[in-house]
Amino acid sequence: MATRETAAPLAARPAGAGAPLLDVRGVTMRFPAVRGRTGGTVTALADLSLVVARGEFVALVGPSGGGKSTLLSIIAGLDTPTAGSVAVDGDPQAPRLGRVGYMPQRDLLLPWRTALDNAVAGLEVRGVPKAAAREQARALFADFGLAGFERAYPHALSGGMRQRVAFARTVLAARELLLLDEPFGALDALTRAGLQRWLLDIWGRLGATCLLVTHDVDEALLLADRVYVLTARPGRVRLERRVPLARPRRLEALAQLEVAALKAELLAALLEETSAAPGERVDVEGAPR
Amino acid sequence: MSTELDPRAPSTPSFAADARRVARRDGHDTSGAAAPTGEPGQAGLARLRLGGRLALQPWPALVLGAALLLLWQWYASRPEVDPLLLPAPTAVWTALVAQRGILWHHTLVTLGETAAGFAAALAAGFVLGAAIDFSWWLRRASYPLLVASQTIPIIALAPLLVLWFGFGLTSKVIVVLLVCFFPITVALSDGLRSADPELLKLYRSFGAGRLRLFWSVRLPGALPALFSGIRIAITYSIIGAIFSEYVGASDGLGYYIELKQHTFATAGVIAAIVVTALLSVALFLLTALVERLALPWYYAAGRGEH
Repeated sequence: MATRETAAPLAARPAGAGAPLLDVRGVTMRFPAVRGRTGGTVTALADLSLVVARGEFVALVGPSGGGKSTLLSIIAGLDTPTAGSVAVDGDPQAPRLGRVGYMPQRDLLLPWRTALDNAVAGLEVRGVPKAAAREQARALFADFGLAGFERAYPHALSGGMRQRVAFARTVLAARELLLLDEPFGALDALTRAGLQRWLLDIWGRLGATCLLVTHDVDEALLLADRVYVLTARPGRVRLERRVPLARPRRLEALAQLEVAALKAELLAALLEETSAAPGERVDVEGAPR
Repeated sequence: MSTELDPRAPSTPSFAADARRVARRDGHDTSGAAAPTGEPGQAGLARLRLGGRLALQPWPALVLGAALLLLWQWYASRPEVDPLLLPAPTAVWTALVAQRGILWHHTLVTLGETAAGFAAALAAGFVLGAAIDFSWWLRRASYPLLVASQTIPIIALAPLLVLWFGFGLTSKVIVVLLVCFFPITVALSDGLRSADPELLKLYRSFGAGRLRLFWSVRLPGALPALFSGIRIAITYSIIGAIFSEYVGASDGLGYYIELKQHTFATAGVIAAIVVTALLSVALFLLTALVERLALPWYYAAGRGEH
């Protein structure tokens, strides 16, 4: 039942050849301070650089309020950075709206559309004829464990199913590069664990490139090839680590000694950042540095 | 936040439980009851809400209405009450039956004016509500004028409109338009404005432009709010038409009321009022019905819950 697209071979994993698919260089983002004219600006990101190779799965962890979502918005093409550049496939000028798949934490399904019609939203915007778009979505639904629910409305679906419909929508919109902004953050632990395994499996088969924002170190270790830890605001890369786990992975692998050590290191860095600038309060005080 | 799986869980991700749960709920939806299994209280609550909205449980209202009618009948038939000043319900009924042909004619005229005025208000409200939403400048410029337009007493304006546009249809349509377009415009523009910014951002990431956002995301999302405005407008519309006829017309329920008042045919006046009230209720129910048919998702998901 799998179509050509969903049954893509395990795409060229970190081949090392050519430019990285995503190249973020020296990105700085400043916002005008929310209140008062004298306050000047708030710096959300400061000279942040990172790369994601084609077919790679990269996780981004950092304290809340550290500008991770801002970074994804910039990469998706929704915001323009104050300084720095974002290149996809080596081209910093290429338009990214419509080309980069962006998935926010909430599923944001339209309640007046069926699951299938929600999933084709990105294709529709791109101008793909309705019948062809639905055909693509239907093929993906079978693969996403959503077969039989094409005509269900979002309110009739469970949280996990809604998230899978949202993921299908993202993949259909742009499968080359997927930006996942805490996609499992709003789900209960068991559903989340199920979806993480599912994502591992699907990602392997899609041959997609993923940049995942999360605050869950376990999630990052389970899913990613590499992990970046960001600092508190203003966000920059604090450290970068490769996850020494073979694929396919299982949850049990997280118990391995070297992974446990890595986890401890990441957690320590994260905790230090969190206590350095307690996330929520920074916003109000206006970055007293 | 551990990601350890429950040891009893199957070793491969299985969504069978999800599917079963949903299928069960779906089954309930199609059978008409809104309650998920194991929550008996919710079915009753849903039915009550439905009944309140669509008058599916009219008994309390009927009992109270009958009691008031009886009281009226009793008081009106007392010897010291002049039937010219307060006719009994039976007299009103007699007038209603005797004049049914004439009343029917005037009702159709009033209904036609109302429909034309309401359609114009819907079109004007839609265009204005959308335009206000598209342009910050237009919003700032027109909102004060919109509000000011609602402070003009129709009682002062209607005679002028009759002077300007004559006794015919035009002056009635304009009055109905004036009373109806404001709630529609405001409801639509508020509905459009309340679109989820995250949702808009997501669609922008697909490459959607303003028009696409409007038609695919914001307008469908604003429809429940628009219908709230329409429900308010429709109840005003009949009153607007009748008032305008009362001021100057040669047809319509308002004209009929004015005529009967001049000849002290109080029973006829009240008969026309009864027709007016029935008309308003019928239009309101019609709107509610159209809303239900147009927004099945809104009711299925639970109103206001989004």
